[in-house]
Amino acid sequence: MTDSKYFTTTKKGEIFELKAELNSDKKEKKKEAVKKVIASMTVGKDVSALFPDVVNCMQTDNLELKKLVYLYLMNYAKSQPDMAIMAVNTFVKDCEDPNPLIRALAVRTMGCIRVDKITEYLCEPLRKCLKDEDPYVRKTAAVCVAKLHDINAQLVEDQGFLDTLKDLISDSNPMVVANAVAALSEIAESHPSSNLLDLNPQSINKLLTALNECTEWGQIFILDCLANYTPKDDREAQSICERVTPRLSHANSAVVLSAVKVLMKFMEMLSKDLDYYGTLLKKLAPPLVTLLSAEPELQYVALRNINLIVQKRPEILKHEMKVFFVKYNDPIYVKLEKLDIMIRLASQANIAQVLAELKEYATEVDVDFVRKAVRAIGRCAIKVEQSAERCVSTLLDLIQTKVNYVVQEAIVVIKDIFRKYPNKYESVIATLCENLDSLDEPEARAAMIWIVGEYAERIDNADELLESFLEGFHDESTQVQLQLLTAIVKLFLKKPTETQELVQQVLSLATQDSDNPDLRDRGYIYWRLLSTDPVAAKEVVLAEKPLISEETDLIEPTLLDELICYIGTLASVYHKPPSAFVEGGRGVVHKSLPPRTASSESTESPETAPAGAPPGEQPDVIPTQGDLLGDLLNLDLGPPVSGPPLATTSVQMGAVDLLGGGLDSLMGDEPEGIGGPNFVAPPAAAVPASLGAPIGSGLSDLFDLTSGVGTLSGSYVAPKAVWLPAMKAKGLEISGTFTRQVGSISMDLQLTNKALQVMTDFAIQFNRNSFGLAPAAPLQVHAPLSPNQTVEISLPLNTVGSVMKMEPLNNLQVAVKNNIDVFYFSTLYPLHILFVEDGKMDRQMFLATWKDIPNENEAQFQIRDCPLNAEAVSSKLQSSNIFTIAKRNVEGQDMLYQSLKLTNGIWVLAELRIQPGNPSFTVLQLSLKCRAPEVSQHVYQAYETILKN
Amino acid sequence: MIHSLFLINSSGDIFLEKHWKSVVSRSVCDYFFEAQERATEAENVPPVIPTPHHYLLSVYRHKIFFVAVIQTEVPPLFVIEFLHRVVDTFQDYFGVCSEPVIKDNVVVVYEVLEEMLDNGFPLATESNILKELIKPPTILRTVVNTITGSTNVGDQLPTGQLSVVPWRRTGVKYTNNEAYFDVIEEIDAIIDKSGSTITAEIQGVIDACVKLTGMPDLTLSFMNPRLLDDVSFHPCVRFKRWESERTLSFIPADGSFRLLSYHVSAQNLVAIPVYVRHNISFRDSSSLGRFEITVGPKQTMGKTIEGVMVTSQMPKGVLNMSLTPSQGTHTFDPVTKMLSWDVGKINPQKLPSLKGTMSLQTGASKPDENPTINLQFKIQQLAISGLKVNRLDMYGEKYKPFKGIKYMTKAGKFQVRT
Repeated sequence: MTDSKYFTTTKKGEIFELKAELNSDKKEKKKEAVKKVIASMTVGKDVSALFPDVVNCMQTDNLELKKLVYLYLMNYAKSQPDMAIMAVNTFVKDCEDPNPLIRALAVRTMGCIRVDKITEYLCEPLRKCLKDEDPYVRKTAAVCVAKLHDINAQLVEDQGFLDTLKDLISDSNPMVVANAVAALSEIAESHPSSNLLDLNPQSINKLLTALNECTEWGQIFILDCLANYTPKDDREAQSICERVTPRLSHANSAVVLSAVKVLMKFMEMLSKDLDYYGTLLKKLAPPLVTLLSAEPELQYVALRNINLIVQKRPEILKHEMKVFFVKYNDPIYVKLEKLDIMIRLASQANIAQVLAELKEYATEVDVDFVRKAVRAIGRCAIKVEQSAERCVSTLLDLIQTKVNYVVQEAIVVIKDIFRKYPNKYESVIATLCENLDSLDEPEARAAMIWIVGEYAERIDNADELLESFLEGFHDESTQVQLQLLTAIVKLFLKKPTETQELVQQVLSLATQDSDNPDLRDRGYIYWRLLSTDPVAAKEVVLAEKPLISEETDLIEPTLLDELICYIGTLASVYHKPPSAFVEGGRGVVHKSLPPRTASSESTESPETAPAGAPPGEQPDVIPTQGDLLGDLLNLDLGPPVSGPPLATTSVQMGAVDLLGGGLDSLMGDEPEGIGGPNFVAPPAAAVPASLGAPIGSGLSDLFDLTSGVGTLSGSYVAPKAVWLPAMKAKGLEISGTFTRQVGSISMDLQLTNKALQVMTDFAIQFNRNSFGLAPAAPLQVHAPLSPNQTVEISLPLNTVGSVMKMEPLNNLQVAVKNNIDVFYFSTLYPLHILFVEDGKMDRQMFLATWKDIPNENEAQFQIRDCPLNAEAVSSKLQSSNIFTIAKRNVEGQDMLYQSLKLTNGIWVLAELRIQPGNPSFTVLQLSLKCRAPEVSQHVYQAYETILKN
Repeated sequence: MIHSLFLINSSGDIFLEKHWKSVVSRSVCDYFFEAQERATEAENVPPVIPTPHHYLLSVYRHKIFFVAVIQTEVPPLFVIEFLHRVVDTFQDYFGVCSEPVIKDNVVVVYEVLEEMLDNGFPLATESNILKELIKPPTILRTVVNTITGSTNVGDQLPTGQLSVVPWRRTGVKYTNNEAYFDVIEEIDAIIDKSGSTITAEIQGVIDACVKLTGMPDLTLSFMNPRLLDDVSFHPCVRFKRWESERTLSFIPADGSFRLLSYHVSAQNLVAIPVYVRHNISFRDSSSLGRFEITVGPKQTMGKTIEGVMVTSQMPKGVLNMSLTPSQGTHTFDPVTKMLSWDVGKINPQKLPSLKGTMSLQTGASKPDENPTINLQFKIQQLAISGLKVNRLDMYGEKYKPFKGIKYMTKAGKFQVRT
């Protein structure tokens, strides 16, 4: 007798038959019928029509039948809310049952029924169960609070369940503690600003005690919670580490990895000279190695995390290279990760072994893996200089195999090796040339062409080789076309006499017969250069190239530090901070490693700092250079809509410059860009800029004046912060702030020349951003900026630029050019510069809109330490275009209803509750409602900045 | 936390779904199917798949995909560990974990899953607790239940659930009190062409089968505990005692459980008990290749190697093989190109060998890749790392139990490159 009998159906109609059986008098028949119903449900059949009949079976003393009915209820209550009410009585009764199993089951099931009407009845039983004498019931109830919060957060807060939950952290039973922590962590995730898990040394001590006694899953929750704590000094950090270390020997890999996270984070606070530091490092290696003998899925997650750990602390696993050697039947996702870590661990000491392995992998079956293995050999050559020669000879061996994709991949990496060690391995070129015909992938063809162009003077038949590519020029991909163009120009500059015809051919192909603007532009540039000044052309085209380094594939240090705080989470699998993929960006709090030196000030944990604090503390939002460049390539080149026509041209030219410069550095990986910066700067750019100067400077003077006078009445202006330090910008330091005066936004900049040479030809461009901020006029710098000189400029902005959602929302990426180079930086602008003057909403309209916006769009914030009364708040906010529409006094609390409008027409409605009391403890409760909830966080920051200044 | 679970068979049918929070439409699995299609083999489906609103974490065991759906940032290892636990529980309950068995026991499966998670938080995952809550089905019980009208759901709170020793229930009684321990070691190794070891490590476990009355407190000590520098324990083991005295002190779980797993890393010298001599050659001109393998013992400490099995994935170009073994049986599947040779025991006086020719596609060039040989074997009464149990003592109870220790060495992922 098996359960499959429940699936057999009769012709009469299954539902009809089940109904009859459910109403049968015989207990056994009833149970069998319910089982059939559940069986149908599990395979996705709709049996909701039987709802009343099933619920009728609920009043029973048979526990199995009761459980089955509960299972059914959880699935279908939502679709039949009115019927579900019928079940409430039984639930309430069961919560009083003498058997703790039934009490727990009832409260557990009730929490799973996502029907508003039922949740109302849940509160009382839940309150009782949270204080139940039996820990099994308490621990079930703790989870139930999290369920209820998911259904109705407000109810949970109003009923004070959160406080009860916090009390459970000090419960005597470790399982209850673990569940309370788990529930609080889940609730806290949807409330980033609330300080639910307020950890202090006492509560930490309780958690550590519970850690030893609770289940493996509870240990995970507790460890993850501990990782959010910042110890006050290195001694506390060490004592926590000592108590966490035994978890490294747990059989559950998730416990191990969570413990590794805590240790990696707190280790940051320990001094490297400490004996304990070395002991800890030694203890970390074995558990990580053990993770690799688990099931492949676990291995994968572990490997992704180990990848981060070896970047942060390579010393931990430096002797464990062999465990990362690939087995031929590992799944491909494990193989690729292992390979990556092998390269990171490669050093002079073990390179021979690594190379032998990589060569072995290159003969495997899986094409993707083979390709990556070949690339890995190239990366080893670049990373370990002493091994370069060996790597090259290994690659040559592989080329001899004549396996098509191996050869192509090898040629691509040999190109990189040439870039790193110029003029060292040219002897292999002959071998490479033999394989010219077998190359069919663009990347390999481009690499080969680059090699031929670069070493044209050593290859006798370079012209023939390149000419052979030229025949099918239009069928090639852009990458190959561009490369071919450059290579032929190089060849011409090296051997001008024999190749004149060839160069003319390629230039005409590129400029006249091609539809690709990049190719055409590059063609024209070469053409002009060659025809006007061949010497300059030589300097540009054959310029020294910067060497490439192995650092290119490392994760940027600030990001790495953040990711270390997320070991064991999805973020660590994707190697992206949660803000990059968590839906809606809600609940995103940047985590950072604790500082090494413990100071008395650091009691406030850095995790609680809001994501968009005032500029100056924000180096972590600046994306890697690569990302920025990529973004800037997307720069909209269209001229700004407003602004004096004269200026327009110069801005446009400036934009072109930026692009040229950007492209130039972007091509770091490619043979070379269009040329050095001095070549790209067209002489025209300076002329309109200086022409425009008088008007612009007049304007900016005017702005200066207004900002000087208007500070009191206008919106709040943050002090200037350094956006671009001189170190990063070859001596140019830029600091600035944003202001809003009578409807116009401007960016107040202060440029300081800290270099030894004069700076001229300034231009500025913004990347596309969330609110379309763009310069309304070109950057006006009157005269060349001499060394040690500082100039203040007010750059008017408008909001009609191109829009692209940024992360964080108020991130602005800026490129500034001068005669030296192009510099990129990014900054965060306070949102209140976008609050428009007509942001006052009609009262009726406000009421209607408030109701209309769904509740899940509402965000709650607290502003602390703001000793202001309602009037002062109101007037302060009004000057920044946040308008108070109505004011009410409820139970001694002032409620302000406010509205504001952003430049892009988004309305934000606010309810501000001012709790009077001790002036130094006044807390403002801010509820924001908006159709675009992602702005709420930033509006809240604007409130905070305005009110506190 | 864990939102939902879908069970998918290898032909891509969802045959069971369970939701612990709101219901997630099964269409979310379309993302999984996409990934499944991209992966050439089932083993290669990536374990973490992002979708616009959810994340899919999957494990593949017993030809079934267990796909968990999560919505928020949850430690992926937590989810994957849990999924493996689900599989182990099914296996424990039904003997095998397969689609027909799950379908046959769908209601029990559903009840068990409901007990394992609450709102996505693990509730009861220890199998002896689960078995107290929901009795595993047996033919006898079904008969008894139908006659007496009793159910297979326990109505008592499982005793272990909240005690300090959640892995053991109280009031255990046996007429024969016995405690058996199996020390099992698996050798993972990669041997290169010339026969030298590239990497070798030992994964060891001590599995216990303890049937003792009452609340016994056991102490297990080793002759050479220094070997165990990388260990993971069952929660019952007292870590402090281990740290200070290097002995295992614990109140055992009832029945079978894994007491300890350990890892002897590649840095220690690992003895390799077998060697493989091979000569596999293809020639460019001929459509015939030579194939010859001999297996022999090496560092076996005088024990016999048995259960030897050689498998190898031959290159695609090999059409067929004609081979003669000196002992055992061999098969070659011309479709999957899998060669397997069941050798049996190795007699050191007469080494087993497999010789013959491979026929290749005529005119095709010789294969690029070399086949890798996969080896399985067993050695009874030997722990290859040299680990030895010194003594086992019992405190807390009066009776005298039967005690037994068994050693065994097996091949884990043992690969010989050619």
